[in-house]
Amino acid sequence: MKKIKHQSRVLACWVLAIFFFFPIFWMVLTSFKTELQAISIPPLFIFEPTFENFSIVQERSDYFKYATNSLITSFGATIFALIIAVPSAYSMAFFPGKYTKDILLWMLSTKMLPAVGVLMPIYLLADAAGLLDTKTVLIIIFAMMNLPIIMWLLFSYFKEIPSEILEASRMDGCSTFDELRHIVLPLSWGGVASAGLLSVVLCWNEAFWAINLTAGDAGTLTALIASYSSPEGLFWAKLSAASTLACAPIVVFGWFCQKQLVQGLTFGAVK
Amino acid sequence: MKFSVSKALQAPSVILLLLWMIVPLSMTIYFSFMRYHLLYPERFGFNGLSNYNFFLTDPALFSAVINSITLVGSIIVISVILGLSIALLLQETFRGRGIVRVLLISPFFIMPTVNALIWKNMFMNPVYGLFAFVSGIFGWPVVDFLSDFPLLSIIIMLSWQWTPFALLIFMTSLQSMDTEQVEAAELEGAGFWSKFRYLTLPHLGRAIGVVVMIQAIFHLSIFAEIFVTTGGGPGYDSTNTTFLIFTQALLQFDVGVASAGGVFAIVVANIIAYFLIKTVAKGMTK
Repeated sequence: MKKIKHQSRVLACWVLAIFFFFPIFWMVLTSFKTELQAISIPPLFIFEPTFENFSIVQERSDYFKYATNSLITSFGATIFALIIAVPSAYSMAFFPGKYTKDILLWMLSTKMLPAVGVLMPIYLLADAAGLLDTKTVLIIIFAMMNLPIIMWLLFSYFKEIPSEILEASRMDGCSTFDELRHIVLPLSWGGVASAGLLSVVLCWNEAFWAINLTAGDAGTLTALIASYSSPEGLFWAKLSAASTLACAPIVVFGWFCQKQLVQGLTFGAVK
Repeated sequence: MKFSVSKALQAPSVILLLLWMIVPLSMTIYFSFMRYHLLYPERFGFNGLSNYNFFLTDPALFSAVINSITLVGSIIVISVILGLSIALLLQETFRGRGIVRVLLISPFFIMPTVNALIWKNMFMNPVYGLFAFVSGIFGWPVVDFLSDFPLLSIIIMLSWQWTPFALLIFMTSLQSMDTEQVEAAELEGAGFWSKFRYLTLPHLGRAIGVVVMIQAIFHLSIFAEIFVTTGGGPGYDSTNTTFLIFTQALLQFDVGVASAGGVFAIVVANIIAYFLIKTVAKGMTK
């Protein structure tokens, strides 16, 4: 009786997993079909795969340009945010002042500002600075968006380093910079990398600013995919090919940073 | 380390975030009292409360607020109930559990625009979509989801994406549960429901609270999914407040009214944020 119960639960898990994954599976499958196969009724599960969609996507919509924009903006913003956050988080973790916790909570609160509430000012400022439709403006915005999350994650990783190690190094006459570079960073390397990974995932999938502030020049993959929403003609196979390429790296990234995701998105409230 | 060095290291992040918050925020508040239309910039001037008056008496606002509440409420209810049930199911240990976990959380990493277009085209298209095919098999009438049930369609897309998020948080939280307590309860003959009611649910309390509030903040600003599927229509049937402000701002070029709407959105978000921050702050002192 207990065994049957166990097996039915396992079965339920698999059914749910397949159910949730099916849309992604279907997207990947469709990317290997011809346009006619993609809209065939009944839907085709077995067919001769074609790779032409991937090359057509590149030819027609210059896929690599958008992919490069996504790469530059998400990694650029992440590196920018890390450069600012590492020293700050280090100083907050090891030399906490009276207001450190309040500052961290305030940083968290900046995440609560709805993007649409500041759409107009950001748009006008970017326009005045001649930064509309440039990668620079996206890098700045993405970095500011993710800075609080990165600060929180780094703060909690640095906190885990035993302070005895740091005291010992200071006795040996280590400067602040040396201490950060030779002791703190090597000890929390995994943490810093995964905070960066999470930030890259969040930037890569960002849609609001990418759609509103860019056009042809600095458009990211989210903006490119959005341009496929136009109703003229059915290009499901090509849309699927572009989407598969755009999502695959991030889904794989995501599998590796589950734990950081939970910590980063809940600001350490759930461990 | 000297006091000043520690201040200097913290300064860049604090100053940048302060600028990022204060400058646009004060501009939004300033514009919300100004007559400022991008097509008639020469008519710029003080406008008193009339932008607010215009935005708050716009007949579309009422339906947009109702739509926002419907979206936020139903996605939260669906994702929390489903996520919690699946997380409890996944406590079972079996071969392939890791794969099941990865398959289940994958939707969360899909780009919002991709998510919306997969569902719009390949599932909800009334002629070639899989839903139309399935209802054809059973002889059910064909439904054009996006024009007949635009809000429900968006709820389906977002629940598919956010149930994995709730699941992920609940799985993480369940891992830290005290197994000895559960075993003791089982020895005493506690059934599934009483274990759930008196042990699991209290343990998950904070996780549920955080999931609800984070989703509330994210779902108040649902944008991309509406932008690429229904465009807010038909009529205003799937326009939420974010999309309404977006149409005021970038489609009608009315900076003043859009800013008044922005202030409205900020006030609403802050009410929720207040409770979220209180919860998080409680966690910090532990």
